Amino acid sequence: MIEISKFIVGFLILLGALFSLVAAIGVVRLPDTYTRNHAASKSSTLGVLSILLGLFMYYLLIDHHANARVLLGIVFVFITSPVAGHLIMRAAYNMGVPLWHKSVRDDLKTARKAKKRR
Amino acid sequence: MAFQILLNFFLAFIWMFLSNDYSTLAFFKGYFFGGLIIFALRRFFAHRFYLLNVIAVIKLFFIFCSELVKANIAVLKVILSPKLTMRPGIFALETELEKDWEITILANLITLTPGTLVLEVSEDNKILYIHAMDIDDVEQARLDIKNSFEKAIKEVSR
Repeated sequence: MIEISKFIVGFLILLGALFSLVAAIGVVRLPDTYTRNHAASKSSTLGVLSILLGLFMYYLLIDHHANARVLLGIVFVFITSPVAGHLIMRAAYNMGVPLWHKSVRDDLKTARKAKKRR
Repeated sequence: MAFQILLNFFLAFIWMFLSNDYSTLAFFKGYFFGGLIIFALRRFFAHRFYLLNVIAVIKLFFIFCSELVKANIAVLKVILSPKLTMRPGIFALETELEKDWEITILANLITLTPGTLVLEVSEDNKILYIHAMDIDDVEQARLDIKNSFEKAIKEVSR
């Protein structure tokens, strides 16, 4: 029983670390603000979530103590990180940060132009 | 819906008073029987039986989780592929949802789906501008969002 629970905890924490690492690589490697934000806001969310879940499982299965604060932390990260990603994207777009040169389509720009003309 | 939950709590407390037993178990017993009574009298309420909404919320939560995992696998593939072959872009998506909280939840869901991130919500709350990592499958993404997310959110607010 202890062995299985140790395996689950170790798996979750390693998975979280892996996702965080991939997010960091993505931030370095991807070409522009927007695609970097994709990597940062998704992969790091799941990374933090699974590390926290592993911590919760550790307390629950090995110490036999349900730590509700860790669960609350999971909920807060889950709710706030997509909003943060959205706000950073929006701020970048309104500052006029250019899209990557291989980007193919920009509906928002055409919509704004149409509005100005009116 | 909130009214029905409140009524169910009220019935549970009445059960506790009737049986003169103030334990958690009595509360849950009363809650169960109160739920049965509300279910039996469901045609007198303006909204449908509230447990259906609760089930819809739970379904939405599971969609959230599964989409988060799928999105991460997709991003992982893009980052770790040897060449950057993606074609990012911004597309517009018209939504039928009206209330503010529904649109917020839809935007959060889209942000957590594979390869899409919400950039802006138009002033009249009708169009979402979405930055996609790979524009080639925009139509597919559109259909997915329409079919699964909007439907699930509508199911909650019905």
